[in-house]
Amino acid sequence: MAQNDTSNALISLTVNGEPHRIAVGSTIADLVAHIGLDPAKVAVEHNAEIAPRSTLADVTLGEGDILEIVHFVGGG
Amino acid sequence: MTDTATTPAAATATNEADTWTVAGRTFTSRLIVGTGKYKDFEQNAAAVEASGAEIVTVAVRRVNVSDPKAPMLTDYIDPKKITYLPNTAGCFTAEDAIRTLRLAREAGGWDLVKLEVLGEARTLYPDMRETLKATEILAKEGFAPMVYCVDDPIAAKQLEEAGAVAVMPLGAPIGSGLGIQNQVTVRLIVEGAKVPVLVDAGVGTASEAAVAMELGCDGVLMNTAIAEAKNPVRMAKAMRLAVEAGRHAYLSGRMQKRRYADPSSPLSGMI
Repeated sequence: MAQNDTSNALISLTVNGEPHRIAVGSTIADLVAHIGLDPAKVAVEHNAEIAPRSTLADVTLGEGDILEIVHFVGGG
Repeated sequence: MTDTATTPAAATATNEADTWTVAGRTFTSRLIVGTGKYKDFEQNAAAVEASGAEIVTVAVRRVNVSDPKAPMLTDYIDPKKITYLPNTAGCFTAEDAIRTLRLAREAGGWDLVKLEVLGEARTLYPDMRETLKATEILAKEGFAPMVYCVDDPIAAKQLEEAGAVAVMPLGAPIGSGLGIQNQVTVRLIVEGAKVPVLVDAGVGTASEAAVAMELGCDGVLMNTAIAEAKNPVRMAKAMRLAVEAGRHAYLSGRMQKRRYADPSSPLSGMI
């Protein structure tokens, strides 16, 4: 995976409102795996657009990208 | 929605299949329960089981990135067995609600959703202007929105015209447990609607769920009344029985009210 790259080249993201750094060239799928989430249980919004699950491995993240990763919780 | 197949007069058998259908999906249970405010996931799952509900409402929230392995609702309530109805609780604009439901659809593939757009935090009363706007957009995007709304027959009609697959008037403010405050308007909504009508919010105890069903509602949606009962699992069962009892009472066609007494025993043959 890209985050194992030893080049130390990192980009800065905002994930769920918090700063997050990941290797250059990482995809959304890499990010989800890096955080430790099961992609089947979450939905991702990338720069205010829905990122369809089928495309997570195809979208390369860029400097300053804003991501929201959500799941279902209890609610009324 | 007034059922034509099972109007009170037509229903004579007590065990005929009594189902309701929303957006092409048919359910037997007329009780929808929320999944918020429970002590833990185990209690929540036990209450859902006891309620007999086939649909649960769920919220869409950020995952905790620092604790990705924390247990999730889906580990306890199986979305393959129980229909998840994603809601937009906490959204105060049409834009936020639509964004939330687009994410919900991506998370689980569901197009049957619960729309609520709130007007203010103090009463959690719906903002009908934003609600109507969101309903139109969601319907155009292929969603099947069940819509939380005011207990106003005109607003309910407008929602239906905008594409709501069910209208869900509040009985009283969310989480208040005050019971059905305006039975007249809830009944008027039922009479006028061509889509299912469910009372959403306000029920505090079993008799109030029965009232909603006796008014002819297709179902009742509740969360706090069960979750904040001292024994939520038992209250879940009480609500199941109340919804069934109220439904049977509605289908039975209640007696007329009289102003004075009318003896039940014969007046003739007295000693």
